[in-house]
Amino acid sequence: MTDRPPLALLRKILTETKTIACIGVSPNPIRPSHYVARYLHVRGYRVIPVNPGQVGNELFGEPFRGTIADLAGEPVDMIDIFRRPEAVPEIVDDALAHLMPSLKTVWMQIGVRHAEAAAEAEAQGLQVVQNLCPKIEHQRLFGELRKAGFNTGIISSKL
Amino acid sequence: MTDRPAYGFDTLQIHAGARPDPATGARQTPIHQTTAYVFRDADHAAALFNLQEVGFIYSRLTNPTVAVLQERIATLEGGVGAVCCSSGHAAQIMALFPLMSPGKNIVASTRLYGGTLTQFSQTIKRFGWSATFVDLDDEAAIKAAIDENTQAIFCESIANPGGYVTDIPALAKIADGAGIPLIVDNTAATPFLCRPIEMGATLVVHSTTKYLTGSGTVTGGAVVDSGRFDWSASDKFPSLSQPEPAYHGMKFHETFGELAFTFHGIAIGLRDLGMTMNPQGAHYTLVGMETLSLRMERHVENAIKVADWLENDPRVDYVTYAGLKSSPYADRAKKLYPRGCGALFTFAVKGGYDACIKLVDSLEIFSHVANLGDARSLILHPASTTHRQLSVEQQEAAGAAPNVVRLSIGIESVEDIIADLDQALSKAAS
Repeated sequence: MTDRPPLALLRKILTETKTIACIGVSPNPIRPSHYVARYLHVRGYRVIPVNPGQVGNELFGEPFRGTIADLAGEPVDMIDIFRRPEAVPEIVDDALAHLMPSLKTVWMQIGVRHAEAAAEAEAQGLQVVQNLCPKIEHQRLFGELRKAGFNTGIISSKL
Repeated sequence: MTDRPAYGFDTLQIHAGARPDPATGARQTPIHQTTAYVFRDADHAAALFNLQEVGFIYSRLTNPTVAVLQERIATLEGGVGAVCCSSGHAAQIMALFPLMSPGKNIVASTRLYGGTLTQFSQTIKRFGWSATFVDLDDEAAIKAAIDENTQAIFCESIANPGGYVTDIPALAKIADGAGIPLIVDNTAATPFLCRPIEMGATLVVHSTTKYLTGSGTVTGGAVVDSGRFDWSASDKFPSLSQPEPAYHGMKFHETFGELAFTFHGIAIGLRDLGMTMNPQGAHYTLVGMETLSLRMERHVENAIKVADWLENDPRVDYVTYAGLKSSPYADRAKKLYPRGCGALFTFAVKGGYDACIKLVDSLEIFSHVANLGDARSLILHPASTTHRQLSVEQQEAAGAAPNVVRLSIGIESVEDIIADLDQALSKAAS
């Protein structure tokens, strides 16, 4: 059910990324997108919320932006897409138009895949992750999932 | 995980889940003998209770020692996560609980551990659940038994009390076609001999009491999730796909994706059913699992020799071991269980019920116990013990007729195992 890239690539992305634009994030605390944005914020990423219906409100101290164009000039190195697959091509086009050269990664959440848009982003040198959650992958790579008996795939004899 | 297959089974059975203790450097996994855990602050506590962060709250839910065992079992089975619990029977309820509600049923094999037959035919009725038992070699019967209220198919990989190995790929295909999960009890095979998830199973359950622990020290169970079932594809599994009132309307599958079943097992199953594994128990099982592959190889090697010897003994009517060339399941066993068919089988004693009782009483190395998967060789007369609540018809369907005894072959010197059976069979025949 997943399109899982190597753990080493996910580790690189989640280590090098500093600023994440969460596209379509909800202010409702029981929505998965809010879970993810909150987690990333708590783990030290700068999370910039993008949701046209929420302009004027804040999420974790950061004002909602209405469009990706409103992010121009911000050092966004990853967009995390919480939208339906059909919305992905326009988001990727906007990101390529407004967020280069700082943008390094296009991440699509669980259930979100778009092969053509992914290929377009990769052709511009971007890293693309589809149908995965950065919160879960961060929890897997940096120890949190280990606390609840999940298969992290990590074997190490180091402290 | 993409990066993982580089490690062999023998490496994973020692290392998966475990790292040196970050506080002390302790190399063996410490026994975290504590009920509760300190929160960093109020926000941390709130995030843990809201399932926004994964961490330790209270040992009914999660415990660092138990978590290592959970990850190790999940890894060896090729699942995304596992929940350990207090026994194999608890694991079965934990596996069914998120799938079931009053009026729902499961389709289960007729060839199951007697205690499971009783749990499914009697006790689950008090939850409003039911089970329909079918012969898994009768594909038409399985399909006919599945109705709109069927929530899962349940089988054992190497079936207790022995002699039968399940065609898991065929069964997985039927379950897929019906849009329901296949649950496989992999206790008697262990992931060393059988990997049900690779063959299409959705969930794997274990009695960790048996081969995983290996020396008959503690009871325990585990539920492993493959992470592959789409719980939201239909409205059949509302516990996983619909808003959960106890978590402010959060939907488990939408929120946790492939990890949903395991999160549900902790956050609802262990929280409210409380069938928790204790950290001492997890420790014994962790230590046992470090030698799982070595023990299973010897169990299988000894079992083949003992079954061969019994089959050629005139005091014995027949032996049901799928590892024998004479078994009707020999081809299936060769294809699906190439490392062996375990060490659990039955044989029929000439002289019937009374001779069985005499045989059991005359053995000096075999122990007469209601257990299997010990380093010691064990014997049981199902008709007078585990299967005694069943009718003779049910006993026969389960391979536990009155003239049948079940062996769980240990890892002692095989000559001694055979000599013990030899002298006891003579006494039983006299």
